[in-house]
Amino acid sequence: MAVEPVEAEVTVQDERLVLNMGPQHPSTHGVLRLVLELDGEVVVSCKPVIGYLHTGFEKTFEAKNYHQGVTLTDRMDYLSPLSNNLAYALAVETLLGVEIPERATVARVILAELTRLASHLVWLGTQAMDLGAMSVFLYCFRERERILDIFEMCSGQRMMTSYIRPGGLAMDLPEGFEEAVREILALMPARIDEYEDLLTRNEIWRDRTIGIGRLSLADALSHGVTGPNLRASGGDFDLRRDHPYCGYEQYDFTVIVGSRGDVYERYLVRIREMRESLKIIRQALDRLPGGPYVTADRKVAFPPRAELATSMEALIHHFKLATEGYRVPAGQVYTAIESPRGELGIYLVADGSARPYRLHVRAPSFASLQALPVIARGGLVADLVAIIGSLDPVMGEVDR
Amino acid sequence: MTEASAVETDAVVARVQEAFGDRIRAAGVDYDQPWFVVARADLRALAAFLRDDPALRFTRLVDLCGVDYLTAGPALPHDARFEVVVHLHSFPLRRWARIRVPVPEDDPVVPSLTPEWPAANWFEREAYDMFGIRFTDHPDLTRILTPDDWEVHPLRKDFQPPREPHEWSFNPEEWQKAVQRGS
Amino acid sequence: MPAVLFSRLADWGRSQSLWPMTFGLACCAIEMMATAASRYDVARFGSELFRSSPRQSDLMIVSGRVSHKMAPVVKHLYDQMPHPKWVIAMGDCASCGGIFNNYAILQGVDKIIPVDVYVPGCPPRPEALIDGIIKLQKKIAAQGSEEGER
Repeated sequence: MAVEPVEAEVTVQDERLVLNMGPQHPSTHGVLRLVLELDGEVVVSCKPVIGYLHTGFEKTFEAKNYHQGVTLTDRMDYLSPLSNNLAYALAVETLLGVEIPERATVARVILAELTRLASHLVWLGTQAMDLGAMSVFLYCFRERERILDIFEMCSGQRMMTSYIRPGGLAMDLPEGFEEAVREILALMPARIDEYEDLLTRNEIWRDRTIGIGRLSLADALSHGVTGPNLRASGGDFDLRRDHPYCGYEQYDFTVIVGSRGDVYERYLVRIREMRESLKIIRQALDRLPGGPYVTADRKVAFPPRAELATSMEALIHHFKLATEGYRVPAGQVYTAIESPRGELGIYLVADGSARPYRLHVRAPSFASLQALPVIARGGLVADLVAIIGSLDPVMGEVDR
Repeated sequence: MTEASAVETDAVVARVQEAFGDRIRAAGVDYDQPWFVVARADLRALAAFLRDDPALRFTRLVDLCGVDYLTAGPALPHDARFEVVVHLHSFPLRRWARIRVPVPEDDPVVPSLTPEWPAANWFEREAYDMFGIRFTDHPDLTRILTPDDWEVHPLRKDFQPPREPHEWSFNPEEWQKAVQRGS
Repeated sequence: MPAVLFSRLADWGRSQSLWPMTFGLACCAIEMMATAASRYDVARFGSELFRSSPRQSDLMIVSGRVSHKMAPVVKHLYDQMPHPKWVIAMGDCASCGGIFNNYAILQGVDKIIPVDVYVPGCPPRPEALIDGIIKLQKKIAAQGSEEGER
């Protein structure tokens, strides 16, 4: 006997639920707290609460001399430490007015692009894991270990290398560097193909990311969003091409620009950026010259250790640099680079002493997270995880 | 967006000075970046001019922060204690411009840019949190980085909490035992 | 006699099946993720799963700097974990404040919760974290079950 379904006459009251997400949460990519107002499953408003990782970097910079400050920069955007080193070094070098040798400049490009690769690998692994694709996480970290091996080969440290310093590099590139990087270049294209095989035409991935988390170009620009998030929404802006530094104008690469501005587009932009990074690394490696790795200006760069045994002047320079540090002439500059997250800017106010008077870091994730309420409003709470992952925030630089 | 405009940075400064005259307290170009010092009453007008002028088009707000010039800082074009520094960016000119607004210590209030530039929202909250500078017409001027119940403004130069002393203890017997255990 | 054997078996079992809570704060969290990933594979040591809920985990690896805003949250999470529970302070910041001796960072998470193993490093290598986990495993297997009540 068939039973006819009856239209239930239940009136549901309009109840808003305030839900707290974080700061401890498997998918918030760090200590991010979201206060959500939900109407059923729909996000009515989303208010990010940040500051759970506030470390007082900017105050600490004022207490350290410029050489000591390099170690602090690694720990802000901890997924791309070399990019932070680079932004800091460029800002200090602009005010110092020192000449950086070609070898250091090209090496910086190689290291910055390797950092971009490593950072995007973490992004992809964690975003995929958030959406359930656990294997991609393991594959990405497998590749990332190879890149970390290169950083360890150069500086002794896997992550917080402090390798790019004002003046050049901390020490010369090791023997075997070129072979190791060429191995990565040979290995990565097939591996990126593997990730794309798993995800790009995967129906579940597409269902969970296409049309989700749309950010219009106007909203992106007005909220200060930069980097892959802006490019996925149609903003054709990349500091490597538009404000070139470290000789990026000599390299031939495409700036990947999307149009739809949803989670899937941000995924595609970053995947393609990984391939472009490989192109840049290859060109830079072919161009890598010999020569000094640090500026010849002895008031800034430490003298080679061998000279300390024979030259009194070198000893005095070393002593002064290690105890007092070099003085940076008074002035103000804003320097920005294209970090994996967007425009990473350093606003440096120097007063002629050995310590920065004010060093403000313009973190790209800070601005991207500002746009999160705009993106999340009206969507489902289940999509929040995909949206946060696609914005790729790093709380270390958001909170500084 | 990818074609550089022919307007030189000096011409940017000239154009702004032409429009604002005496209201620009000081201006210059450093490292290809034009900078302007204006009174807080003129901040919104200057930002709007930089954004809307068809030859300038500084449409993107990049950064906003505070600076405390209490201790011996660089030679300043004003004698206020604080400054609010705004960085704008122009796509066609491919340049950043800096607006510096002096903020006196006894009345640390500045008009907020958030109503017209949504990107300024969190940056202004951070400047409030770190320096105590208040922004009028800000939709939600609350602390953002430090705990909500804190009352200090950490980036002020006169905020110097004592470094916490660390107690180190070394117990020779424990050390010997550990060595013998081989761990 | 059987009671002693049983409690030793229980201690051994606990030590070989530590389930950490997903509690990554900062840079050390990335090395913790690397420890859980393919090359270093902490699942070999029993930590097959990182549980998100404190109620289902028995190990809290505090990986990263603890700011004053985060400190009450850490304490809250620690209190929510059921006994027996252990804490590894991973990295210099969790152990003693690390390179940040300033207004914003708690000078060591042991100021608010008891720590069993400190793993130094900035960040510690995955091998160092695994060494810390092994030390903790030995500690758990060696002590009696009543120590778990803290």
